[in-house]
Amino acid sequence: MIAVGVQAPDFSLRNQDGEMVSLSDYRGRKVMLVFYPGDFSPVCGDQLSLYQEVKPEIETQGVELVGISVDSFFAHKAFREKLGIDTTLLSDFEPKGEVARAYGSYVEKMGFANRTLVLINEDGVVAWTYESPNPGEFPGANVIFDALS
Amino acid sequence: MDDLTSASIPPIGPDDHVRGAGEEGLIVYADLGCPHCAGAWQRLNERPGRLVFRHFPVRSRHPRSPALHAAAEAAGIQGRFFEMVDSLYADRGRVDDPHLWERAERFGLDLDRFQADRRAEGTGARIKRDFQSGIRAGVAGTPAVFDACTLVAVREREF
Repeated sequence: MIAVGVQAPDFSLRNQDGEMVSLSDYRGRKVMLVFYPGDFSPVCGDQLSLYQEVKPEIETQGVELVGISVDSFFAHKAFREKLGIDTTLLSDFEPKGEVARAYGSYVEKMGFANRTLVLINEDGVVAWTYESPNPGEFPGANVIFDALS
Repeated sequence: MDDLTSASIPPIGPDDHVRGAGEEGLIVYADLGCPHCAGAWQRLNERPGRLVFRHFPVRSRHPRSPALHAAAEAAGIQGRFFEMVDSLYADRGRVDDPHLWERAERFGLDLDRFQADRRAEGTGARIKRDFQSGIRAGVAGTPAVFDACTLVAVREREF
């Protein structure tokens, strides 16, 4: 995992609508990056659905929630529509998993990111991280609120 | 702002939905739109002892869940909470509003009151209180079963 206190590596990835989004676009705001294995997996669906339920409370604390996986932006669009969520999803598609690798979240033998949360502060510095023990488990939303408290 | 940081689940209180009697029992955080909960509900009810139902609707996963939980809560105000829960889990294909009215009539509820109660602010607040207590306890999927304050059963999956 990337270390707390270091400058978060910048990146530019396509969102679910194919638009380029850079980490630097969020400068001046806090952002919680949610690395997850892949669109349409049962656990990923549960994770993003649960976070959607408390997204207003997360945003009240001045934090943007952003999901990242190795899926294409077309898949992200369909996944968002299926779940009925409005969280921004970024496509770490080509080179595959490059951003996840930069954050120490990529699992080489599985070909996708582990479930990882990375809180980046207003100055672009990594303020907090969490890595699930395995891709089958995801952190409850309480873990996010603990990090923000 | 609501505090959603980590906390143990609240102890069983006077307005919890409790089925059965005894000192020993389980508390389940469940979603009335969740098929896994429907299966677990039947098994949980076959156990002896006390069973406590707490609301954990995840709207984006099951869009009808908020309406179903509100219907159960409104039925509970007229003393038919578990009849509504049992029925919703037993017949998951009939969960639109007319089906809820049909159930309310079958259970002998005052339909006007049922309609008003399921849309009442207090009903939503009651459901939200359970949901938030589950969030604080780290509930990350349903059903989540607690024995006293310890999480004892969740669904296990690969990813």
